[in-house]
Amino acid sequence: MKKIIKYVFTDILRNKIVLGYTLFLLLLSFSVFNLEDNTSKGLLSLLNIMLIMVPLVSIIFSTIYVYNSSEFIELLVSQPLKRKSLWISLFTGLAGSLSLAFLIGVGIPIILYAPGATGIMMLVTGVALSVIFVAIAMLAAVSTRDKAKGIGVAIFLWLYFSLLFDGLVLFILFQFEDYPLEKFMIGASAMNPIDLGRILILLKMDISALMGYTGAAFRDFFGTKMGFAVALSILGLWMITPFWLSLRKFSRKDL
Amino acid sequence: MIIGNNVTKKFGRLPALNNVSVTCNKGECIALIGPNGSGKTTFIKCILGMVVPDSGFITFNGKNILHDWQYRKCIGYMPQIGRYPDNMTIGQVFDMMKDIRLGETNGKQDEELIDAFGLRQLFNKRMRTLSGGTRQKVSASLAFLFNPDVLILDEPTAGLDPLASEFLKEKIIKAKKGGKLVLITSHVLSELDDMVTQVIYMQEGNMLFHKRLEDLRRDTGEQKLSKAIAAVMQGK
Repeated sequence: MKKIIKYVFTDILRNKIVLGYTLFLLLLSFSVFNLEDNTSKGLLSLLNIMLIMVPLVSIIFSTIYVYNSSEFIELLVSQPLKRKSLWISLFTGLAGSLSLAFLIGVGIPIILYAPGATGIMMLVTGVALSVIFVAIAMLAAVSTRDKAKGIGVAIFLWLYFSLLFDGLVLFILFQFEDYPLEKFMIGASAMNPIDLGRILILLKMDISALMGYTGAAFRDFFGTKMGFAVALSILGLWMITPFWLSLRKFSRKDL
Repeated sequence: MIIGNNVTKKFGRLPALNNVSVTCNKGECIALIGPNGSGKTTFIKCILGMVVPDSGFITFNGKNILHDWQYRKCIGYMPQIGRYPDNMTIGQVFDMMKDIRLGETNGKQDEELIDAFGLRQLFNKRMRTLSGGTRQKVSASLAFLFNPDVLILDEPTAGLDPLASEFLKEKIIKAKKGGKLVLITSHVLSELDDMVTQVIYMQEGNMLFHKRLEDLRRDTGEQKLSKAIAAVMQGK
């Protein structure tokens, strides 16, 4: 299993798209910090860019990589290897290399310009989002035989998590604005790892006061140690559940 | 050695295998013959665990292969169309396979085919740049590389040039004499005449018969395998 992880790792890290992604993040982070005089403002801009880019690149690159590796996978399935080991190695290689790319691209500027609790939170969230969206991508890829359809599913899922979901939540908030919806808001944020990450980082930034009443509700829950632990475990669930589902599907798939 | 017991598989509504029961023993070279779409490749994939039957089971050396993977150490498989990662070189493919099967070889590795096919000179070429025939040579070399007890060859000579075909046929005959089980699917029946000892004939997912070659020749009155099978297909 380690050999396959090693192979996947070296294969991906040599991939020009991943190198480009790392350089792009580096460039972006450096320019954001150099343009803003206030590191907090820099972090905020970086946060918004990161929350769009990291899931996007993770899900699309992983989907395409899994489809392109179908020949490699077919080669290995007839060998004396457990299917589970094969799939886990693929996941580890993908998640590991994309997280590494993120840590280099965003981590280095953050350590240089804005080391602190917020910066660390951003790095943790970024890695978590990379892993989560690799898992979602693998689930989409194993469920869809057709490559074009699979990539379409991946793009749609990214759109859903980054845009549609928030739109839906806002819609519901406005429809039911006369009712107290704090619990709903907290529950809804757990259903979207991007929102969860955003909330955790913003809470560290002390601008949640600007978020108004909802901000206070979030701070009351996620600000506490228990709430924080709950948030981290939900992120963990988001990492494990899609991957576990994809593992089950792969173990039974006809190749 | 390999026993299939009422193996059934449907792909959607398409019945690929219908209660196929078969026993394959060591030292035999068995030809798996049938019209296109009769379920030959599906049956082979069931033996390899790449496809899981809907019902029925397959045992390898007495052990059910379901959920097992270690039995594949004893099998060398040559697929009909070899699929390899485009960016790997031939040398890297061999290295990776050796890495995976390290310590599980029955003695030395058998690199005779690699030398016979002249693949060493091509070790630096990426799989993407290879012709179909060269890729088949890689597949064939990989199948024999680890001295497996069972060889499963799906259309082994398809795409090979005549010289390579001859090398491969000699290799197969040597393997059979060495007590291995060889399972071959092929449409080029004239080539199988010298090699096979038993014939399994499939049609539309059903196994119509599993006979020794002499019995088939006697039953159809034909000496050449191609004529004998033609007689069967015509319904004599």
